[in-house]
Amino acid sequence: MAQAVKKKVEGPSADKVHVWPYLVRLEFMCAIICMIVLTVWSIVIDAPLEEAANPTKTPNPSKAPWYFLGLQDILVYFDPWFAGVVAPSLIIVGLMLIPYLDVNPKGNGYYTYAERKVAIWVYCFGFLVLWIALIIMGVFLRGPGWNLFMPWEYWDPHKVVALTNVDLPYAFGIRTYNAAMIFGGLVVGGYFVLGAMVYFFMERKALKNVGFLRMFLKIQLLLIMVGIVVKIVLRLGFNIKYVWVTPWFNI
Amino acid sequence: MDQIKSGKIFSELAKAVTESQVWMSSFRHGYADTPRNRVLQIASNVWLHLHPVKIQRHALRIKFTWCMGGITFLMFLVTVVTGVVLMFYYRPVGEYAYYDMKYLQYDVPFGMLMRNMHRWAAHSMVITVWLHMFRVFLTGSYKAPREFNWVIGVFLVTFTLLLSFTGYLLPWDQLSMWAVTVGTNMARATPFLGHEGPFAEFVGVSPRYDARSVLLGGSLVGPPALLRFYVLHCIFIPLVAGALMIVHFWRIRKDGGISGPL
Repeated sequence: MAQAVKKKVEGPSADKVHVWPYLVRLEFMCAIICMIVLTVWSIVIDAPLEEAANPTKTPNPSKAPWYFLGLQDILVYFDPWFAGVVAPSLIIVGLMLIPYLDVNPKGNGYYTYAERKVAIWVYCFGFLVLWIALIIMGVFLRGPGWNLFMPWEYWDPHKVVALTNVDLPYAFGIRTYNAAMIFGGLVVGGYFVLGAMVYFFMERKALKNVGFLRMFLKIQLLLIMVGIVVKIVLRLGFNIKYVWVTPWFNI
Repeated sequence: MDQIKSGKIFSELAKAVTESQVWMSSFRHGYADTPRNRVLQIASNVWLHLHPVKIQRHALRIKFTWCMGGITFLMFLVTVVTGVVLMFYYRPVGEYAYYDMKYLQYDVPFGMLMRNMHRWAAHSMVITVWLHMFRVFLTGSYKAPREFNWVIGVFLVTFTLLLSFTGYLLPWDQLSMWAVTVGTNMARATPFLGHEGPFAEFVGVSPRYDARSVLLGGSLVGPPALLRFYVLHCIFIPLVAGALMIVHFWRIRKDGGISGPL
């Protein structure tokens, strides 16, 4: 009871307006403007229809619908089981977990950067860079063979790109299969273990308030997201193909 | 005659209409701009009663909401209406689908316009739902007590993409077939359940019997896949997404209306 009373005192200000007409007229105007824009757009630009589907004629490049091109671009750096299945699942699960992992009570219901800098940075990086920027790249810069073409370049289907990638253990001079597997496992496992340990050490004061499970899930998801960027940098900058090769899966 | 000259007939007529049984049974309150009628206008209207009768002033600011949730819903409604029209002319059969598209575009009155509106509204919906989510994140509106509604929202984003993806196949042209081939090829790499995925050998899946073949009804994007995507696109996903939308809108009210500074 005491809590309910307290909530009422702290509750939203009493500055209220009638929905009819103040909100409904806004919605109505907004709907009309959107319908005008959509109708003009639909009169001016036709939806594409190419030749009939032909399973014997593969176009080059074959592209997924534009909203999935960020994931398709990740395929350059990861095998399909990660880029096409695990990564999207983690995105969905990770998004759903946001309200349960972010326990910062500030910034609830208003725009603020100062009160939740890390949260905003993480979301903006994931959404604007890893999702939107990769989509733009996939739509406009990926040509035949999924090679990168600048906007002024001709999409040459015979473009020759040297494939000089090696696996990370090979780059470190490890030549036997089993040793390479153990080395790769240590690197990947070490990345997650060390990352988590550093995080827990730095945020040790928060452990009591936030809780172990929350912090653990938060840092694992964050490490996976950063790991995708690390892998992209390793491939583009150092020609590394896989970090960890096993008989069952490669990372 | 006097009544006509004095103009009194109009008020008499209005009175006769608005006090008739038909009128009274249709409209449950007067239209005069009184606080009582403003409330009734929302509370006694089945379409508008999704709204509360009063909201906080800041919820009107477009700078706060970007209008994106509402526009996403509007785009969904546009695709439902235009989609029903398109369904009159389209058969999800390998032999007919592409030619029905041609027929729709070149012979059906306003067929091209209906198709364009359906496609562009669908693409807009994908963009606006992302922006809506971005806005909700930036305003921290997923925080207590709205955590659950954020989860419903993530489901809705996923279903928006799945709706768009299943619809992408239906024109049955090169663009749609190969885009869906690229997309569904991922399913064969599903760990355990796809025949090229990690640990598949322990489960015993095959190209004809794995996660991808369940999706496609075969081992390639053929007529069975077209039918499956059609049913998912027109019936299953809209029903599930519609149900989730009801929960999503209802929870906004139950969680205390649109978020705002405390």
